[in-house]
Amino acid sequence: MTLHEFIFYIVIPILSLSVLLIMYRFLKGPSIVDRIIALDLIITTGIGFIGGYSILTNRPSFLDVAMILALIAFLGTVAFSYYIQKRNKK
Amino acid sequence: MTDILVAIFSFSGAIFILLASIGLIRMPDSYLRISVTTKAATLGVGLLLIAAAIHFQDFSITTRVLAIILFILLTAPISGHLIGRASYFSGVKLWKHSIMDDMEGKYNKATQELKSEDVEELKKREKNEKALVKKKPLK
Repeated sequence: MTLHEFIFYIVIPILSLSVLLIMYRFLKGPSIVDRIIALDLIITTGIGFIGGYSILTNRPSFLDVAMILALIAFLGTVAFSYYIQKRNKK
Repeated sequence: MTDILVAIFSFSGAIFILLASIGLIRMPDSYLRISVTTKAATLGVGLLLIAAAIHFQDFSITTRVLAIILFILLTAPISGHLIGRASYFSGVKLWKHSIMDDMEGKYNKATQELKSEDVEELKKREKNEKALVKKKPLK
């Protein structure tokens, strides 16, 4: 089994399964906080996905996308928590 | 040799992310779920990115990977803290088997104020002290 096959048949499916599990929490989540956590974790899993995919396709330029995605995940979480706190003030 | 290393690192990273997602489903409480996302997922993503750095063996890519890992390590605890704070203020309940709640009584929901000491407790103590002073007038 080459590295290519290993990543294609084992690593990427495990990541896809975990995205599905997180998606279940995102759809079910009792409170809005759970949904924000699930969204954050989906984006973090996406960064891992990009890491595996750049090994699979031998293109390191995908890692730039991972950097931008990490930035967007942080900004999104901060904005969501800010607006949750604002909403309670009324 | 590098292929084996890359396989080990990427597989353990994927397993850690899978554990994080299972924890997100199994945990009974929003606060426990926050702790899952900020620990296991960070480790998993870091391992996957290190696998990519080992595979390419290029200086510029290694620095890029280290920058991403450093950024994630810096921002994951901050976002976890902010979400936990916002959820406590918006009144998300703790798990019924949680042992302690350090913020109990320190946050006034009507005025949106956060004190470093228990407000109700302070009022009670002041009342008790006043009562004591009234009972025993100073000679």
